[in-house]
Formats: sequence, C-alpha cells, structure tokens
Amino acid sequence: MQTPSVSQASPPKRSFLYDPNVRGIFYQTLLVVVVIYLFYMAATNAIENLRRAKIASGFGFLENTAGFDISQTLITYSAAGSTYGEAFVVGLLNTLVVSAIGIVFATILGFLIGIARLSSNWMVRKVSMVYVELLRNIPLLLQLLFWYIAVLGPLPQPRNSVEMGAGFFLNSRGLFMPRPIYASDIWVLLTAIAVGVVGSLAFRTWARRQQAQTGRQYPVGLVTLGLVLGLPVAVWLVLAVAGANPISFDMPRKGTFNLQGGMQILPEFVALLIGLVTYTAAFIAEVVRAGILAVSKGQSEAAGSLGLRPGQTLRLVVIPQAMRVIVPPLTSQYLNLTKNSSLAVAIGYPDLVQVFMGTVLNQTGQAIEVVVITMGVYLTISLLTSFVMNIYNRRVAIVER
Amino acid sequence: MKKALVSIAFGLTASLLATGASAQATLNSVKQKGFLTCGSNTGLAGFGVPDAQGNWTGLDVEFCRAMAAAIFDDPTKVRFIPLAAKDRFTALQSGEVDVLARNSTATMSRETQLGLDFPAINYYDGQGFMVRKKLGVSSAKELNGASICTQQGTTTELNLADYFRANNMKYEVVAFATSDETFKAYDSGRCDAFTTDASGLYAERLRASAPDDHIVLPEIISKEPLGPAVRHGDNQWGDIVKFTHMAMLNAEELGVTKANVEQMKTSDNPEIKRLLGTEGKFGEAVGLTNDWAVRIIKHIGNYGESFERNVGEGSRLKIKRGQNALWTKGGLQYGIPIR
Repeated sequence: MQTPSVSQASPPKRSFLYDPNVRGIFYQTLLVVVVIYLFYMAATNAIENLRRAKIASGFGFLENTAGFDISQTLITYSAAGSTYGEAFVVGLLNTLVVSAIGIVFATILGFLIGIARLSSNWMVRKVSMVYVELLRNIPLLLQLLFWYIAVLGPLPQPRNSVEMGAGFFLNSRGLFMPRPIYASDIWVLLTAIAVGVVGSLAFRTWARRQQAQTGRQYPVGLVTLGLVLGLPVAVWLVLAVAGANPISFDMPRKGTFNLQGGMQILPEFVALLIGLVTYTAAFIAEVVRAGILAVSKGQSEAAGSLGLRPGQTLRLVVIPQAMRVIVPPLTSQYLNLTKNSSLAVAIGYPDLVQVFMGTVLNQTGQAIEVVVITMGVYLTISLLTSFVMNIYNRRVAIVER
Repeated sequence: MKKALVSIAFGLTASLLATGASAQATLNSVKQKGFLTCGSNTGLAGFGVPDAQGNWTGLDVEFCRAMAAAIFDDPTKVRFIPLAAKDRFTALQSGEVDVLARNSTATMSRETQLGLDFPAINYYDGQGFMVRKKLGVSSAKELNGASICTQQGTTTELNLADYFRANNMKYEVVAFATSDETFKAYDSGRCDAFTTDASGLYAERLRASAPDDHIVLPEIISKEPLGPAVRHGDNQWGDIVKFTHMAMLNAEELGVTKANVEQMKTSDNPEIKRLLGTEGKFGEAVGLTNDWAVRIIKHIGNYGESFERNVGEGSRLKIKRGQNALWTKGGLQYGIPIR
C-alpha cells in the first residue's frame, strides 16, 4: 500500500485510497462483478451439464402436443390438439380466476369481521375474535385438506344428488347449475343493462350535486339497484311475454355416471376458494381492525356530535381515514392469497403449479425452463397487483396541507 | 428487478443441477459414500413400500438391494428416497438418487428428452381400470362420461387421454400429485374409476376401505414396460443396473437359488461357472468383484424368488407370472447370456 510522504508541502493531500467516495465506488463495482460472475458461472454450468446429460433444453417444448387432459379449462383445450403452451395458459387462467374471486370475497369477509371485532356487542366481538384466532393459527394446507376431504368429500354420490331446485344439484362431483344459452336477440337485454348502468351513474352525479346545493339526500342505492337489475329483468319479462326468448337454459340431467349438461363447479375449486377466502379474511380482519383503531377517537365523537348515526360515522368518517393505514398491508394479503393458491396441488385443482410444474414438467423433463417460467408468472402477477394497489393507495393517502 | 430475480432463480436451479449431473462415475461416488441412494415409490404394495417396522420391501426395492449386494456384499447399504411420480425424474437428473427403481415406464421421450436410460425391464405391465362393483360396469368401453382419478406426470395420464379419444368417449380427469391422494379420492367417491398399471390396481385395492366392493376391468389399454432408470452418459453404471437384472434372470433359468448358490459354485455347467464368477472375469469388467452375481443371489435370490415373494403367490397380491415368466416358459423375461 502506498502512503503519502509526510514531508510533502501543504495543502495536506490525502491519498485517494482514503477517499470514502472512491472506496464506495470500488466496493460497489466489486460486488456487481462478483454477482455477475456467480450468475455467469451458474448459467454456463447448467447449460454444460444439460448438454452433457443430453437433456433437451430451450423453450421449443411449448409448441409440442400436450396429450393429457385437464379437469377445468376456461379456454378450448383438448389432449389431442392442444400444446404444452396452451396447457400453461389453462393453468394460468385457473390460478387467476381462483385468486381474483378469492380476493373479492376475502376483502368483503375480512372487512365484515374486522368491523365486527370492534362491535359494541359482546357476542359479535367474541365470535369474530374466535374466528380470527382459529383460522389464522392453523396452517392453510390443513384447512384446504379439511374443506376438501372432511366437508366436501362426504357429499352424496351422483345417483343420490341433492336437488336444490331451479336446476341446481349438489353431489360429490361438484355443484351443477343450468348453463345459459344466448339467442340472437340477447342484444336487447345487453342494451337494457347498459342503459341501467349509464342511468344510475347519471342519477348519482345529479343527486350529489343536489345534496351539495340543497342538502337534500336521495336514495342513490335503491335507484341504482332498480336501474341496473330491475330494468333488464323487466325487459326480459316483456320479451318473454311477447314470445321472444333471449336466454334459454341447458339443464343438468342424469347420465350414466354423473349429471350431464349444465355448468359444473368442481369441488376442488370450491374447497380451494373457501380455504383461501376464510384464511385470508382472518388476516384482512386484523388489518382492518388496526386501521380503524388508528383513527383517533375524537373523529368519531366529532361525527357523533354532528348528528351522524354510527353506521354513517363508520362509512363517511372512519373508514376513509382508516384506508390509508389499511391499504399497504392489504396489498400484502392479496399477494399472499395469490401465492397461496399454489397449494391447489394438494387437492387436485388444476392451477398453474399443478398443471405446469406438475404434469408438464414431468412429461417434458425441462425442469429449469418450467420453473423459471412459473416463477416469472408469479412475480409478474404480484408486481401487477402491487402496482394497482399502489395507485389506489396514492388516491386514499392523506393529503398533506 | 424481475429479470434479476429470474436470473437468481436460474442460477440457483442451475447450481443445484450441477452437483449431480457432473458426476461421471456414479460407481466411484457410490463406493465412496458407502451406500446407494435409490429412488423408490412413496408406497405401492409389492413394488416399494415400507413395512410396519419401517423396512422397505417390494420388487423394485429388492432390485436396489441386489445392486447394493453386488457392490458392497451387503443388501442393507441402500438409502431409499420415496418420490412422487411428478418428482422422480427431476430427482434422478439432479443426482439426488443414483438409480430410480420406482415402477417407471420406459418410453422413447424419457430416454431422448429427459436424458435417462432404462437399461432393463423388471416388470412388464399394462394400464387398467378399477371401478366399484355396484356401478354395474363390466368393460372399460362402458366408461363414457365417467370421472377418472389418475396420478399426474405418468404415462397413465397420457394413455387415458388416448384411449378415450380413440374410442370416442368423454370423461372427466381428476389428477393428483401422489398415488396416495389419487387412491384416497377414488375411495372416497370423487371418481367413478381409478386407473394405473394393472399391478398397481391390485396393490391399491388392498388398501380400499372395502376391497371386495371393487373390480378390475378386463381391458389392458397400454404397454407399460417398468424398469429401473439411470442418467444418460454413465455407461458403466448403466451396465451394472442392466446386468444385476440379467444375473437374476440367468440364475432363475439355470436353477441357481438363494438356498443352493454355494453348492452351485462347484457345478461343472460352464454357464453357471461364468455366472458365479468361478470362470472368467466378468464382474471386474464392470468395476465389481467376480463373485458379484453370487452376492446378489446369496442375499436376494433369483428373479423368480423375488417375484414370488413380493408380488406373486407368496404375497398378498397373488399376481400370476404371465408376461413376466422366463422366455422358456412363454414369458418376456429373457436374460442376456453372460459370456
């Protein structure tokens, strides 16, 4: 190491070796080089080993015919004509559909329980407390197996299906319901729905303005319900009376083994959905409770002295302020739910991990490619969810003045 | 960010893969370790299943024990690693196991794309169906519209799709990761039929809550040559696997058994002399000792003995030799001559 000569004249100059900036740059460069080198080594090593073991590599396998069937497919899929790439899409969609529906129900249930935990009613408070403590302290995998084997398993065999009326049947193969078949004059109904949505939005804006100007309140909820649901139903009835039939139903009927026709919801899907929703809702409830408690008591008291009822206080004063505390941890719960959906593999629901990391990996043997794709997918879904939730968070965040 | 994480993942997977696949001389590493790691079934009666004391038993298990006997003269020097169907080939590729004796079907794509070798076939099988008696079904052709439980990542899953397509029938597949989950789902009534290799059907039926309520349908819809698998590229190790099986077959053909192997050493029959290493140096040529076959037969017995004990008349499965009889008795098992 060099040391600067002591006898050197002023100004006293330090060696660049002791300059914190130079050192910082040096160590960071070193780290980057080491990391890149490690990746390079790992990648070349893997490629070399694959080549030596004569294992096929690359992503060409996605074009090959899959040759196996999947129980729940949202796109057209058949063992004969579809590729591994399409099997991947089937698995991905199954993951997305269970996650999306799960997030909606978990949010609703979580908010209800979170609010119930702060109820002034002793019974409601304790029941929701027991729910939260029970559900979040038992591993999710056990809960899934419980729902699948203990709750849905003992349902009756197809020949003794439970008839629920209106073409709904329940048995150990799932829930069967009539499948709607749309006729060509369905556009009349669609128009009615569109008119209902636009009309209710317009009424809402008008009612807001009225309230701002005059203080009068209008029943926005009821009118919206009437326009969005009531109008299409009324139009449908009129059409039916007039003899036109925009929707007919394919009813499930008894076949040799099982009910045939109609729509079928698999028990695997139901078990996974119930498991994910009830488990995640317990965590969301705690997030919501923390958020509400973070709003100072003075806010509720002030709202009360203005004459707002408890429900209004919660909806108009407390929840909007609580949201800024709730949203960031809520996002993590959404991500957890999505990632936990991969436990589907234990109960035979064909999600991405089950189809792609299970069957496709095994039939093609291309472990590295399949694992990389699957990790990339979960990463993308998670980053997208966070991105959307961050935008929402910015909207509800407190505005500093 | 995403790219970085993907490459981390890639790197980790790669370095995991690196440890095993680079091991060229499996025999040396096995000798160094002092034991053999054998990928086995998670539990299939007759082929690979731990008994009440935790000792592994079965035809595939005895194959691994035979290899350990040939290498170490000690059939207990095996470590069994139970593997689900969907994990088995990855475990073999990555070097987690030295040999995979787990009733796996030899196919072209598994040899060419997965980088595996199936040096020997120790059980000729075919896929069948099991249903409940009360369904009143007597043929697989009557299964139109049925839901069928199967294990994912198997040839079974593919044959099933082929069979129903070829016969223009509809079905609903319910696939599970392990044979345990699959059979439990069938037994609990989730499916009308359960499908796997015929030998597996008989084995699993024993585990049903009421075995007599189920029947195996007569159709065999595929060819399932089951055998031990090794990684491509280590031919010496492949030879050991191959000739462990061949030695057991030749022993049966020549009448050498567990009981008489020591007396047979004095036999004048040149074929027996070559098998038992009293003539020639066949064992040394594959990196073993010349009495390698004696060790196998002394500890395990010949193929017929192992078959009868695990899946044949001496077992609960009571499967007939059928295709697995020696070629001299009308079967497909044909031992390559040792010379």
